[in-house]
Amino acid sequence: MPETPDAPAIEVSHLVKAYAGVTAVNDISFTVPRGQIIGFLGPNGAGKSTTMRILTGYLPATSGHVTICGFPVASDPDAVKRRVGYMPENNPLPEEMRVSEYLYFRGRLKEVPRSKLGSRIDEVLELCDLKRVRHKIIGKLSKGFRQRVGIAEAVLAEPPLIIMDEPTIGLDPHQILIVRDLISSLRGRMTVLISSHILPEIEMTCDRVLIINQGRIVAQGTPSDLRREVLGQSAYEVEAAGDLASVPFLLGAIDPGLSVAGEGPTDASGFRKITLKTLNDEDAGEAILRAFLSEGLRVRALSRAHPSLEDVFLAATRRSWDAVAEEPKRGAPR
Amino acid sequence: MRHFFTILSHEVRMLLVSLSTYIAGVSFLWLMGFIFTGILEKYSTAPQDVSPASAFFSVYFLPVIFMVPLLTMKCLAEERRLGTIETLLTTPVTTTEVVLGKYAAAYLLYLTFWGSTAALFYILKRFAGDSRLIDPGPIVGGYLFIAVSGLFFIAIGVFASSLSRNQAVAGILCTTILIGLIIGTRYLGQAAWLDRESLAPLKDAVGYAQISQHFEDFTRGVVDTRELLFYVSGTFIALIFSILSVEAKLLHS
Repeated sequence: MPETPDAPAIEVSHLVKAYAGVTAVNDISFTVPRGQIIGFLGPNGAGKSTTMRILTGYLPATSGHVTICGFPVASDPDAVKRRVGYMPENNPLPEEMRVSEYLYFRGRLKEVPRSKLGSRIDEVLELCDLKRVRHKIIGKLSKGFRQRVGIAEAVLAEPPLIIMDEPTIGLDPHQILIVRDLISSLRGRMTVLISSHILPEIEMTCDRVLIINQGRIVAQGTPSDLRREVLGQSAYEVEAAGDLASVPFLLGAIDPGLSVAGEGPTDASGFRKITLKTLNDEDAGEAILRAFLSEGLRVRALSRAHPSLEDVFLAATRRSWDAVAEEPKRGAPR
Repeated sequence: MRHFFTILSHEVRMLLVSLSTYIAGVSFLWLMGFIFTGILEKYSTAPQDVSPASAFFSVYFLPVIFMVPLLTMKCLAEERRLGTIETLLTTPVTTTEVVLGKYAAAYLLYLTFWGSTAALFYILKRFAGDSRLIDPGPIVGGYLFIAVSGLFFIAIGVFASSLSRNQAVAGILCTTILIGLIIGTRYLGQAAWLDRESLAPLKDAVGYAQISQHFEDFTRGVVDTRELLFYVSGTFIALIFSILSVEAKLLHS
């Protein structure tokens, strides 16, 4: 089958994977266009690793259809394996090999031509900042280096799709930064699917996020889309002093949906913190500030609260748990 | 099969850089040298019926029962325990290539170990100066038997290793199967209850699987194709089951 350059990198439709009695992945569908970095989020046991393993052709699916770059995983696993660089969870590596030996062996397995392999290994060692340890034995490397060896191995054969299961687990903040830059540098050239628990991580690197819980996709989109969709509101925080009784009327004049969601205690200098909420997505900061000042209130600070992906994640997974909890109730009257 | 040689050369290289290979090799030669010396001492006191070579190869089961599990228990069990089987099988490599590559590497090491015992015969020839002690027939037959039966024994070890992710369990399983096959069939062949008329086909089957009998035929220079077929078909079955076992573990993992 010829390579189809415009086929999406990943196309999953109605994927189901059931282990003896347990449904790990329950009817998920999504499409990933080429060149994007996709974050795959979910609590432990949500089915992230299982989905990734199915995408690589390592595990067979129970039902559903998966294509990678236009090739169906079920009927053409070899073509899929040639197009995927995969780094499993916990990044298993042979302990007693040297870094360059390992990359050479993996390159040969991935069918990189022998004549190109040497220069390609130099390139990925450079990319992952591994030149210093190229002759070291993998078992003696620190966690950060091992993780980078895993990433170097995944990008070695220049596959159009890279799948990494928790690439930043167990790294210190400095190493996380390096790995993040490394992943960002692949943007546009390769499609990258990464799973992670560390939410700021995903937020900073990923173009799009898929949130999965209990085997179902509960939310997907860009981080800002998700904020709007899942939380559905924006919030402002004002620190002001003066007679705050008139605030609700002031707000009604700016935007009928704007309301006071909470008030903090008054501090020593007479200021108190007020939280405002609105369903309107446009920035009303300037209008709020002007209204406060025109009323003679003193304003010390005004900020628009950015719900983090963490809030989105918690809201989305809670929502799906509620949905699951409701199902048995609906079935009960029979 | 293009990845077979990649995996084979990788496995051989891993064996050559690993300390345990050399420890196993030294202990094997120590054991075989000890046995060889014992045989020669016996010959120096009284004349014997058979040549020293047949006496030496007749204890083949000792190193087989101890060496084969040590050589093979690691090959698939360790990959599964470390999880590297996952990275291995997500490259364009088939399970067959992985199993055959590892099998071939273990078999080559097994042959190398046995091949090194040729030095014992060389030393005997060089220093004893008695040509009656060196009878080429049993030596060639003995090595041929080792090479052919080794195919099957190593395949059993690979199969045992594919069943468990624990090396020790794989090793014990392999030892048990080998003892059952080599010593168990011998006892079963002598069992009186098999002499009944209705059990005649079973008796034939047990007779066919007498590895000690095969050994005697080989050292006497009789190379029977039925015996060759026994080892070759046994090898095929054990390897096919190893491949199926690795794949079944993926389906149910």
